[in-house]
Amino acid sequence: MSAAAASSSVNFVRNGRADLAVHHLRGGTGRPLLLLHGLAERTPDTAPATVDHWVGPVCGLDFIGHGSSTIPAGGGYTAEVLMADVDAALGELGPCTILGRGLGAYVALLIAGARPELVRGAILADGPGLIGGGIRPSSPLVVPLDPALPVPPDPLALAELSRDVRPPDYAAEFVRMALHGSGLDQPIAVAAVVRPEWLTGVVGEFGVIELTVESALARFARID
Amino acid sequence: MTDQAEEIVSYPGAKRPDRTRWVSANGLRIAVYEWGPADAPPIAMAHGGFDFAGTFDVFAPLLVQGGYRCVSWDARGHGDSNWSVLYSWGGDLRDALAVLDSVSPDPVPFLGHSKGGGVMLELADACPHRVSHVINLDGLPSKNNWPDVSDRERTRMVHTEITGWLDHRRSAVDKQRRPDTLDGLAQRRARMNPRLDPEWLRYLVTVGARHDADGWRWKLDPTLRMGGFGPWRPEWSMQRVPGIGAPFLGVLGLEVEAMGWGTTTDDVLPYLPPGAEFVPLEGVGHFVHIEQPRVVADLVLDFLA
Repeated sequence: MSAAAASSSVNFVRNGRADLAVHHLRGGTGRPLLLLHGLAERTPDTAPATVDHWVGPVCGLDFIGHGSSTIPAGGGYTAEVLMADVDAALGELGPCTILGRGLGAYVALLIAGARPELVRGAILADGPGLIGGGIRPSSPLVVPLDPALPVPPDPLALAELSRDVRPPDYAAEFVRMALHGSGLDQPIAVAAVVRPEWLTGVVGEFGVIELTVESALARFARID
Repeated sequence: MTDQAEEIVSYPGAKRPDRTRWVSANGLRIAVYEWGPADAPPIAMAHGGFDFAGTFDVFAPLLVQGGYRCVSWDARGHGDSNWSVLYSWGGDLRDALAVLDSVSPDPVPFLGHSKGGGVMLELADACPHRVSHVINLDGLPSKNNWPDVSDRERTRMVHTEITGWLDHRRSAVDKQRRPDTLDGLAQRRARMNPRLDPEWLRYLVTVGARHDADGWRWKLDPTLRMGGFGPWRPEWSMQRVPGIGAPFLGVLGLEVEAMGWGTTTDDVLPYLPPGAEFVPLEGVGHFVHIEQPRVVADLVLDFLA
């Protein structure tokens, strides 16, 4: 463990039958920034340099099947389940601004729509798992994996969360929910350079602004 | 497997499985049941959502009389199978494949009712080398029962559904299903399935519920919840039908019910693969094999012959 990791702390949040690791990477004053990692990643040991100017605490959630969080028997992963992971973390942390990478960007969008009163701006950035499984199901794939194998990240998580279907109109619905429920004019910021179809659908909605991560953080830092 | 065998009420034609066993599906313990001689040709049979393998207790013995061995299992979170941390369509598919691996390496008939029909349809699409016939019992979704509302109203309904699910997920893990008397539980189920014989529902309670000190509870994970949301579209399941290469039999109940899809004959016909058999049943609801077990068993036996 690095010195930086040793100085951070982790606590576990119960959601369903899973224990989810919430890492407290850095202290601060004001609203927390919650980091959501990409597919097969975990919360970094230290807060990334891109968030240096965020004055509030910086935390990171390990999704189920990743990092220090529970690896469930038998898989069953969906992006919606990961959204529920974030919901549980928000239940502990209170209102947060969220910065999501890759898969975490998609999940940030989902929770911004589902709990608009708790998400004070969501930033969608490039990272592993940004593309997902496309806009409709592909040829089905049923791969049994050796249950003795799982160490984080759970291979079943990789298999399932790299194929989750993301129709643009479904994604756009979460923008509308965020817009209606948050009271913010632009609750979603897209920083990702890569634009899979779901994200293209998001960018076309009212309430979405395109900014760099740093600019988006500065913008969301100014809101209540 | 059950410690309440002496409490099972009788129902005409109903017979508990001849054998029970367990299969490990990626670490989950799945309860598997077999009716018929162990060396008879198998049929892999998947039950519907919020049901359990015991719902085949009348239907399976009729297929056994035709010379088959019926193999079914309780889906994860249902019946005697493990409650899981996560539930998903993909998880159900993997569990089904684990059971199939325990049955035969050779192609066998796949049969499924309702959601189980959709699972077996997708498994047939994923593993055409493992399926000899596909039999779908009222398991072809359509969007006929989706509410026809404005985009704004749909967004509001979706948000209500999502927050309800999130709240349920946060709180349900420590809860138990509500206990009731045997008759009370049967009557609650009758509200969802008003066409089913009350005596059948009483029987179903005694094989699908647990008798605790404070009453009967369905053996269903309390974290499971009716309804739902997500990117899935009902037409995606139907779009798997035309590509099925194995002989296909579809049986559709035309009486519209709360738990059914409201699918019509016209919804199905354009998607049937070449040579498919399709039997819409007038005056029969979603549970075709429970309302008309003899009729549906004869259809299946004729089809497999």
